[in-house]
Amino acid sequence: MHPAFSVIFLTTLIGVGQGLFLALYTGQLYALANLLPAQSSNFYAVGSMVSLALLFAGLIASFFHLGHPERAWRAATQWRTSWLSREVLALPAAMGLIFLYGTVHFFDLTKPLFVISGTLPVDFSLIMGGLGTFAVFGLFLCTAMIYASLRFIKAWYSPLTVANFLFLGVASGFMLAAAFSAYQGTSLVGFYGTWAVIATLFGLLTRVATLYRNGQFRCKVDLKSAVGVHHSQLEQKAQGFMGGSFNTREFFHGRSQGLLNLIRYAFLLMVFVVPVILILLAYVLESETLPLLAFGIQYLGLILERYHFFTEAQHPQNLYYQSMA
Amino acid sequence: MTQLALVIDLNVCVGCHACVTSCKEWNTSGWAGPMTDQRPYDADPTGVFFNRVQTYEAGVFPNTETYHFPKSCLHCEDPPCVPVCPTGASYKREDNGVVLVDYDKCIGCKYCSWACPYGVREFDEQQKVMKKCTLCIDRITDMTLPESERKPACVLACPTRARIYGDIHDPDSEVSVAIREQGGYALQPEWGTKPSNHYLPRRKTRIQIHEDELVRVDNPLKKEELPTLPDVGETLDDVAW
Ligand code: SF4
Ligand code: SF4
Repeated sequence: MHPAFSVIFLTTLIGVGQGLFLALYTGQLYALANLLPAQSSNFYAVGSMVSLALLFAGLIASFFHLGHPERAWRAATQWRTSWLSREVLALPAAMGLIFLYGTVHFFDLTKPLFVISGTLPVDFSLIMGGLGTFAVFGLFLCTAMIYASLRFIKAWYSPLTVANFLFLGVASGFMLAAAFSAYQGTSLVGFYGTWAVIATLFGLLTRVATLYRNGQFRCKVDLKSAVGVHHSQLEQKAQGFMGGSFNTREFFHGRSQGLLNLIRYAFLLMVFVVPVILILLAYVLESETLPLLAFGIQYLGLILERYHFFTEAQHPQNLYYQSMA
Repeated sequence: MTQLALVIDLNVCVGCHACVTSCKEWNTSGWAGPMTDQRPYDADPTGVFFNRVQTYEAGVFPNTETYHFPKSCLHCEDPPCVPVCPTGASYKREDNGVVLVDYDKCIGCKYCSWACPYGVREFDEQQKVMKKCTLCIDRITDMTLPESERKPACVLACPTRARIYGDIHDPDSEVSVAIREQGGYALQPEWGTKPSNHYLPRRKTRIQIHEDELVRVDNPLKKEELPTLPDVGETLDDVAW
């Protein structure tokens, strides 16, 4: 497939935003259980706004993919059958809940509403955060299923696609949370950094498994079945036009194998290796800037990763567009 | 239920592209139009077509066989392109099974084209919506046309009658008989999309006849004995046996 930058930015930006929100809420839960020092409400409020801004930026990027963005609201109507439509609903839902979560913290509306079994005080932020967590996981699922549900594109048609979107989003979000707490001078850098590294390692596992899987399989259909002529020597002589068409532009990446190999090594390094080393270094050196660098490099790596993700997909329609004459 | 479709006979298609041009001519100015072009008179022309004729070659020279292969939306009975559409712009008509795009609802996300394994949906770069074969829905449902013209433009244009049109759910229709009796097949059947359009394969039509069958050896009724012509005075009537 031809990688569209609008979709690359959409999926990577909302991934970071969702991961960052999960990081904030995890931090709050740990603090509630007295495993971590409680943070100022400002920390959560500003963090939520950063997360929201990332989701919003992703939303804007997605509009560049549409031919008619002014009609985008229509895309919410077919949620019964279309994962794309479900994403269109899940994204604003997550944004709304994250906004409420941040607002509750900003106005310090964190008086316990009631107390469960005498130990767990439940306030608005806990409820909003819980709902937000559901929405964020739902959004991860929808975004990934847009690709994982296309049974003709075998490179994507796998639960690994969902795992990759989830782990890479969470990893980059926790990485940003580490950078954010380092910037704010809070003591959570180690906590977020550790979880970022764990998520990154899970992501490494599923992403490498995906690369391995995609290097192995063969497509279920071939030219013989596409044309219905079952001759061992069948070759296309003309595709019916000479100037290119939507079918030759949208479904071919047109990049050399050498460049793709380069991109693959680059993203493996930038997403999985360098950030982990930088976070460990930051922990040892107690640096405030290294986590930010780790996040920045990982995010750039994720852009390359998503680019590669699109080029990995071989569409069966390409069988009909093999030779121009 | 009715399922309108085309049956394309690869045994007779000569690859003349008459269906391609008549399709564009009819549809660009009809209900499904316009079918816009970019740089039509430049070095790198491109544009929207609902129907393309491709050419394939089987075998190794000199024992080759050329196939001209017209390709358009197959109006699948279980179309994967329809449920993925987030807006409901892509739909399958209940009454006749034709798969259509409502240009007023389409947001141009191109997701349907990703979900079609046949590569027959084409995005209109100018109108920014998805386009595809409508089976000339504005012709075939137009009751003011005489029945003989209530057919897709490509079917009417085909000089070799390689394109047959009809209801594949009616077992007695011309298309159903052709599929049944001449080995009609579907493209990429592995996916279970159940394409409605079918293709008829190449067929060799030779009669089995031997040399001695051409001349009757026994000739019991002496039918093939020619009258001997008189040496002189023959007239036209004499040879008109
Ligand atoms: S051929 Fe493609 S566009 Fe046409 S109905 Fe089937 S899946 Fe949809
Ligand atoms: S491009 Fe149009 S018809 Fe296709 S899925 Fe998107 S909205 Fe539906």
